[in-house]
Amino acid sequence: MRKSGGDWPQDRPLVLAAEGTHGPVIHDVNPAAAALGMARGGRITDMRALVPDLAVEDADPDADTADLARLAGWAQRWCPWTQADGADALLLDTTGSAHLHGGEASMLGDMARRFASAGLNIHLAAAPTVGAAWALSHSGGDAHTICHADQLADMLAPLPVGTLRLDAETVQLLRRLGLKTIGALAAVPRPALVRRFRKVEQTCRNPVTRLDQAMGRRAEPLVPARQRPPLRSIRRLAEPLGDLAGLMRILQDLAADLSVLMDENHIGARSLRYTAFRVDGRALNAEVATSRASRDPAHMVRLFDGKLDRLDPGFGVDGAALEVLRAEPLGAIQDDLSGEGRDQMAFVALIDRLSARLGEDAVFQSVTLGSHVPERGEAFFAAAATPHPDARSVNRQGRAPLRLLNTPERAEVVHAVPEGPPARFRWRRQLHDVARAQGPERIAPEWWREPGRTRLRDYYRVEDREGRRFWLYREGLASDDRGGTPRWFVHGLDA
Amino acid sequence: MNVDRIKAIHLLESNDNFIRGAEVRPAESTADSTPIAAIDSHAPLLPGSPRLAELFAPPRDAGAIGFALAQVPQRGGLLWVQDRMSALETGRPYGHAFARFGLARDRLVLACARNAADVLWTMEEGLKCASLSAIIGEVWGEPRALDFTATKRLALRAERQGVHVMLMRFGGAANLSAARRRWRVGSLPSAPHPFDGAAPGAPRWRAELFRARGERPGIWTASYDEAAHRLHLHTASGDGSLDAEVRRRLAAG
Repeated sequence: MRKSGGDWPQDRPLVLAAEGTHGPVIHDVNPAAAALGMARGGRITDMRALVPDLAVEDADPDADTADLARLAGWAQRWCPWTQADGADALLLDTTGSAHLHGGEASMLGDMARRFASAGLNIHLAAAPTVGAAWALSHSGGDAHTICHADQLADMLAPLPVGTLRLDAETVQLLRRLGLKTIGALAAVPRPALVRRFRKVEQTCRNPVTRLDQAMGRRAEPLVPARQRPPLRSIRRLAEPLGDLAGLMRILQDLAADLSVLMDENHIGARSLRYTAFRVDGRALNAEVATSRASRDPAHMVRLFDGKLDRLDPGFGVDGAALEVLRAEPLGAIQDDLSGEGRDQMAFVALIDRLSARLGEDAVFQSVTLGSHVPERGEAFFAAAATPHPDARSVNRQGRAPLRLLNTPERAEVVHAVPEGPPARFRWRRQLHDVARAQGPERIAPEWWREPGRTRLRDYYRVEDREGRRFWLYREGLASDDRGGTPRWFVHGLDA
Repeated sequence: MNVDRIKAIHLLESNDNFIRGAEVRPAESTADSTPIAAIDSHAPLLPGSPRLAELFAPPRDAGAIGFALAQVPQRGGLLWVQDRMSALETGRPYGHAFARFGLARDRLVLACARNAADVLWTMEEGLKCASLSAIIGEVWGEPRALDFTATKRLALRAERQGVHVMLMRFGGAANLSAARRRWRVGSLPSAPHPFDGAAPGAPRWRAELFRARGERPGIWTASYDEAAHRLHLHTASGDGSLDAEVRRRLAAG
């Protein structure tokens, strides 16, 4: 399928130019230019030298892509499964819908007629597989080729290997191997072919995969771009609103509308955006996220508590929308008799409200991980997205302090040399006499995570004369040859 | 007459302990010569009915946290809120130690607030949730947001909702507050370790109830009974002066 140049006279050469590595190159040509021997990839300067009155226009690939996507949507008049393929092809899965248009031949005729009336000339082919249809439609010829399952091998055999949707390099390689047609390729013993290309993973470089796809030995489903309506509710206001209380009231209405919409689709929102449109052409946004899919209007409204204060209505707001940014499937919820489900929901709602006000990264749940190093043995994850605990998590069985300092803090320690328990230590400029101590609990460095010179830690539980308890560790041994004198740190406080 | 009364109280105490079957520890004579006094039957029952309690703790002593955790019910969620200074100065809660108090780590939700106002907001928000059984909030110093009205709101809601709310005050002075129980909690030298004389044993706290509604204030030695998940208050007989003070108050009351 190629754009036919609009109002441009058919007999005058026209090329579209795109930026190449060494100046502009031809992106596409019209039939008159093609007749002069111009082809894609040629240098514009060379072509100008050959044809001085050549007309050159800039190519606009983005617009082409958009047009093709639009055409793919339009082609759904023939069948529900359509897909844009590459820069210039459409794939239609007409299985089960050809008879609605009077059989395949009549359907192809209808397609050709309609595309022609839209000013587009197309090559059409119908085949049992995507690969075969692509090969037949791209091998030239204006006839509407229809290929049935029993003719597949025969019809594909004379076509060049390039029509198997392989990249230029692979095509050249196959040519060098003397395999110029699909028939020749299919005639090669399969084990030899598989062995030659067994390490090639990309489909467009692997002739075996492509051949299997064309012959129907490997499935190749179509992925149509399904257009889902955006999940949002909009209110337009007759009079501009200037106060925040009004915005809140609209939000309540919008949440109710959106909840109905989500209920119909059996989904719940994980992330929402409230947009207020100001009369002076600005939009105000507020976003919230939930830790679990929800479509409870009251809950959605509560999440925006405190967020709307930051919006400035200015001269007034004349419209507002509430949009679901991220959704998850959510079936109907029924309360169980014990009320546990409701409790769980209340708990989740609490986490959402806290995250909305304090910030996503301020509400945590504790997860144990597989490490004996205290700060790695437990991690706090944002409660909105807590992962499951590590299957190999370390259980310290209560042999840990109640509080862990964010970073271990240096302490000056008097202790029996070389490796005795602390007798007195100074932490945060205050001296503590150790009355009782227990330890050491030795934690070896994790060589698979840390650099090789990391030192081990000897943890001591100590109690000072007043009964205050601390968790101290000595980093390394004097004799471990990984740095100077071992240093001491206070890592935790205990009760 | 005073002496007779004290004797009577002693009799009552021993009887009471006998009837309740509470564990009266024998006076350890080995490492620590401090005798453990009988459980004080006049002391308030902990944790008692859900209410707002305020715990004052010195800044570098985590004893009050243990004292608070010992009163957290073993079922239901626990919301823990810290303001920024508390987290910086005393660290964050370490879930691995929760097992010592019979609490499950996965019930904990930790919220880090910027300031005291956010801590109070979070605690109030937590009081709207039906599935929490306790809320612990930590506030550093004496912020302006923490006034009588704020504590009154927390106290009323805690009682209505049936949630234990504990407000930890690190390095703060006891200003006006509507908390139903106000404690000053500090660490005491721990009980002797059963197997190792040189090691710290089960924690003990000096708990001073200096203001309470409907209960008699006093000073006790608190210890935690892990098997029963209970906090016991013993008459503070380890310190002669404390003991005398308690008895004076008891006699006066």
